[in-house]
Amino acid sequence: MSPYLTSLQAIVTREALRFIHQRERFIAALVRPLVWLLVFAAGFRAALGLSIIPPYQTYITYETYIVPGLCGMIMLFNGMQSSLSLVYDREMGSMKLLLTSPLPRWWLLFCKLAGSTAISILQVYAFLAIAAAFGITMPALGYLTVLPALMVAGVMLGALGLLLSSFIKQLENFAGVMNFVIFPMFFLSSALYPLWKMAESSELLHDICAVNPFTHAVELIRFALYADFNAMALLWTVLAGAVFTAAALWGYNPARTGLAKRG
Amino acid sequence: MTHGILRLTGVRRLRDLLHHCFKNTPAGGAALLLSLAPAQGGEIWVTNEKDDTISVISTDTLEVIQTYETGERPRGVTFSQDYSRLFIAASDSNAVQVMDPDTGKILNDLPSGEDPEQFVLHPDDVHLYIANEDDAITTVVDTISRKVVAQIDVGVEPEGMAVSPDGKIAITTSETTNMAHWIDTETQELFANSLVDSRPRHAEFVKDGTEMWVSSEIGGTLTIFDTATQAEKAKIGFEVQGVHPDRVQPVGFELTTGDTHAFVALGPSNHVAVVNAETYEVEDYILVGRRVWHMAFNGDRSQLFTTNGVSGDVTVIDVASRKPIKSIKVGRFPWGAAYRPTP
Repeated sequence: MSPYLTSLQAIVTREALRFIHQRERFIAALVRPLVWLLVFAAGFRAALGLSIIPPYQTYITYETYIVPGLCGMIMLFNGMQSSLSLVYDREMGSMKLLLTSPLPRWWLLFCKLAGSTAISILQVYAFLAIAAAFGITMPALGYLTVLPALMVAGVMLGALGLLLSSFIKQLENFAGVMNFVIFPMFFLSSALYPLWKMAESSELLHDICAVNPFTHAVELIRFALYADFNAMALLWTVLAGAVFTAAALWGYNPARTGLAKRG
Repeated sequence: MTHGILRLTGVRRLRDLLHHCFKNTPAGGAALLLSLAPAQGGEIWVTNEKDDTISVISTDTLEVIQTYETGERPRGVTFSQDYSRLFIAASDSNAVQVMDPDTGKILNDLPSGEDPEQFVLHPDDVHLYIANEDDAITTVVDTISRKVVAQIDVGVEPEGMAVSPDGKIAITTSETTNMAHWIDTETQELFANSLVDSRPRHAEFVKDGTEMWVSSEIGGTLTIFDTATQAEKAKIGFEVQGVHPDRVQPVGFELTTGDTHAFVALGPSNHVAVVNAETYEVEDYILVGRRVWHMAFNGDRSQLFTTNGVSGDVTVIDVASRKPIKSIKVGRFPWGAAYRPTP
């Protein structure tokens, strides 16, 4: 087997094993969006207002509206979790071992990204299955067409995690990520409210939401869940993913990190 | 059904296959299905109370394909048995208008009495029983000679109208008196009155006329009577999660093929209830547009079209999956709906 594939297999397997062995992490990953769906959304059932926006063709409940946003939330948290594990790896020294591999650094980071995206896609499907069990269903075809959207969104959010991990030197600093990255990205997006609703309260908020890459990832997932396609959302998500990946590669540059010198 | 499938073309085979695969799908699947060959040609005609128009929706494309002018405040609407004439209750014009549905031209007005709201065409295809809301009477009009055959005193604010399948009994419900009045169509006289809950709005004979159902808007119930004895048989209440009980106001309802289930419009609760017509239990609630009043099925009763007054649209429900698949903008305050096959 090519050393490239060997490394891909090894890194993805390591991610999978880590995930399987951490059942609490799997449960926590599902409990978080389920609480939003079954508790928060239930309370705001009638709060959305009545306006049919694409991809919907008729009136929907709030629970139905926030499902794509919660899929995005799972991927966002998973991307951050993945970056947290990288910081841990750095502190424990296994990162050094990984980066001293003769394979190109971009490939190693891509493998890491592929592993974390695959894990988050599994979590999203588990979430969608539980939501369906509670009667919140999507079109049957949507469960298939959402897969490529989840891949693109997962890579973009995973790349963001990689980028953050390249700058966070200690685990203790990670709490700041929650406050300054995850929460703003999630709340300033179309995950919980449609953009027209944001515009009703503040044009500025609407504009911030409109440039937030997480909004576009959520919209990409939302349209795909209805077997529909949002070209603009795809473009923005891919663009943001490319920028985050490039920045992460720069962040993990040996000349910048000094790992090569020390290794 | 089986021999019909054998004759399907390739496209229809694909469409039916997809329909079976995705019958539980709302918007996306529906869009895919609709882009393929039509299921069966048909039109839903919807009266727009505030626009003085009638919108024609294609059951194939689920789009408005035509809009015709009518008299003032059109509400009740029904076709003659051969679909060659459309009767429209133009309430503020104090007339029942007869329209040629092929051209959209008003052929003539019928002497309906004051403020006609709902009516029902007798199985003889000639006599129209009209509720005159302001006059507390039911007017019987011969649609051929255009003459009033009888005027029957009923309770205050009559609205709901029904005729038994054998044509022997007509029903008028009066909104203020809170009664269903039983009319002998031979003598054109009342022979019984049944108390129902507050503000009865709509009546239908079901199960070959052995039962008569009445919806009560303010009472929030559906009362079922035994036709033979006029005795109350059952009463159905509704409870929509997250909606105040005052907003659950049953009005129009229709029954599926074989009268197994009833779809009941629940007014400002913005939901349609699905009632099991055997057990009288509510099985489901379907979210539709705002203030849903009346409804009509397509030809094979696979789709239901509900008129949502406040949101000004018509929601299409897939009957098999009980899912709303699309809401179609029509005029302001859509009220009544009637189906006709494509000519």
